[in-house]
Amino acid sequence: MAGGIKKFVVGSFDDEAVLFPAVKNVRRAGYKIHDVYTPFPVHGLDHAMGLRETSLHTAGFIYGITGTTTALTCISWIFTKDWPLNIGGKPHFALPAWIPITFELTVLFAAVGMVLTFCYLCQLSPFVKKHHFHPRATDDLFVMAIECTDKTNDAELESFLQRAGAKEVNVQRAETGWWIGRYDREQKLYRDNETGY
Amino acid sequence: MDGNKDYHQVTEDIIRPIEMKPSRLWYIGFYISVALLLFGVYSVYREVTYGVGQWNLNKTIGWGWDITNFVWWVGIGHAGTLISAILLLFRQGWRTGVNRAAEAMTIFAVMCAGQFPIWHMGRVWMAFFVLPYPNTRGPLWVNFNSPLLWDVFAISTYFTVSLLFWYSGLLPDLATVRDRAKTKLRKLLYGIASFGWTGSTKHWQRHESLSLVLAGLSTPLVLSVHTIVSFDFATSVVPGWHTTIFPPYFVAGAIFSGFAMVQTLMIILRKVFALQDYITLGHIEAMNKVIVLTGSIVGIAYITELFIAWYGQNPYEWYAFKENRANLFSPYGWSYWLMMFCNVVSPQMFWFKKLRRNIAFTFFMSIIVNIGMWYERFVIIVTSTYRDYLPSSWSTYYSPSIWEIGFYLGTFGLFFTCFFLFSKYFPVIAVAEIKAVLKTSGENYKHKMTEIEKADAEKFYLDEVEHAH
Repeated sequence: MAGGIKKFVVGSFDDEAVLFPAVKNVRRAGYKIHDVYTPFPVHGLDHAMGLRETSLHTAGFIYGITGTTTALTCISWIFTKDWPLNIGGKPHFALPAWIPITFELTVLFAAVGMVLTFCYLCQLSPFVKKHHFHPRATDDLFVMAIECTDKTNDAELESFLQRAGAKEVNVQRAETGWWIGRYDREQKLYRDNETGY
Repeated sequence: MDGNKDYHQVTEDIIRPIEMKPSRLWYIGFYISVALLLFGVYSVYREVTYGVGQWNLNKTIGWGWDITNFVWWVGIGHAGTLISAILLLFRQGWRTGVNRAAEAMTIFAVMCAGQFPIWHMGRVWMAFFVLPYPNTRGPLWVNFNSPLLWDVFAISTYFTVSLLFWYSGLLPDLATVRDRAKTKLRKLLYGIASFGWTGSTKHWQRHESLSLVLAGLSTPLVLSVHTIVSFDFATSVVPGWHTTIFPPYFVAGAIFSGFAMVQTLMIILRKVFALQDYITLGHIEAMNKVIVLTGSIVGIAYITELFIAWYGQNPYEWYAFKENRANLFSPYGWSYWLMMFCNVVSPQMFWFKKLRRNIAFTFFMSIIVNIGMWYERFVIIVTSTYRDYLPSSWSTYYSPSIWEIGFYLGTFGLFFTCFFLFSKYFPVIAVAEIKAVLKTSGENYKHKMTEIEKADAEKFYLDEVEHAH
């Protein structure tokens, strides 16, 4: 996946009360926050980082009405055109009797569609591996990765983060995309492999 | 949440059981479950090889233990989604302690439920006939106007959505297990299972949105499932089934039995894995309140049904209620009164706070309620069918064969085998969700909240929301 190796200054915080002002100050100082990795959803952090709202729910709505239309068109075509069954002399176009299935398909399409879209947007899948800036980002640390440009002074940024309350600060060169990999071993990317293949 | 915790301690408490060797008790329970499962497999093998005649189903009792068990398991499968979805929408904070295990229970219960209609088909190799596809038989389609087909859609949708809801919630927690894993195998397997989750803020934002919408979708879904199951009965012309009260009555019963099963499992779980700080007495009490509420709704439904049977002036309907059910000395009268006692009378004990907070009593009651709810379905199915419109075919007294019982025991085996594996290999409590509420409902943080809660709402909003960013 398109990503490429970039350099980051990484600061780890252990309290969200310290994290929020830090995010604010880092942004005000003009640094570009690549991402903040947190062990749980921290409410308001997305706004503090200036992320836009997700439109995943809109996608869910579209999937839902797709399910509704699929059910209604299929059943009415089948029961009025393709094979009109005489069921106790009742009308072929029996809309009230189709409500349960229509409802179920609406929910099914919306749920499956949304989960797949979620996985696609977040690039989540079995066998996918990504760079993790800190193993405790899923435990008890809030890990802020700041992208470095040619002009960034690493040492200055590191001390800036320390003053902002970071418990650990370091510099990492990391692949930003994902690759097919396994978590039980460190892997070299092909392009780092000097012998080639 | 009790005890003096920080984020790391929460991780430790909940993930540690996964990393340790299971206790002797776990092994004993697991082997018993597998043994039951194998007996179930053999019972089903008998049924498939020799036909449905292996069961004592007969004219006029075409549905016996199998459909009773089906409805019973589906009912149990309602509590998980109810806890996660409806209580999420109602902003009931206490749900975070129990939702993960309750959702797992839901999924396993629906798996068990699905077995019954599938094997009840008799010629199970024809099971794919229920799928609507342009087939080689005409193409002859399935009957979209039939409640039995609605059931196919309802149960399979419910299973799929519950599974997706459960697993999407598990992803971050599986990543937690992965990142603290010491052994290679655990790193590999949890690495695969956690889909490369990093905890990125953008991903959390989407995750929150996903959970909320899935909860919103599951809420009407969970109500629709048992409604549709009740249509299997209510749309027929069998006395005792042909009633409009069935949908709400079935849904209330499902929540009732589901919460009882959650109680049974949670009381064991918190003890075995030392999770008393997370699944607190407060949780148990809250669930007991739901049990007494839904139990009373079920009671009202029973009485309404009885009254309407008399008031409706349909002699067949009234006979089914008066002679087949309420008459204690009729062949199945005992089952009706057993049901009444277990479901309506006994939960009333939970009006007393002392009993709601008594663990041993709650455990006992949860079993009683589930027995009662099994008998509810048995009463509905058997007492309505064993005496049909033709009195000459009334002589049969239906009792199950060993393979019918074996099939039922087998689903217990399936359920508990899955649950034991779940409790060993998955975080039984939603770690990330607990951390998200730790600073507002953790015992050692609560006192800091009092000041905020006392503050003037208007001023708080201006200070914290308007000027925050």
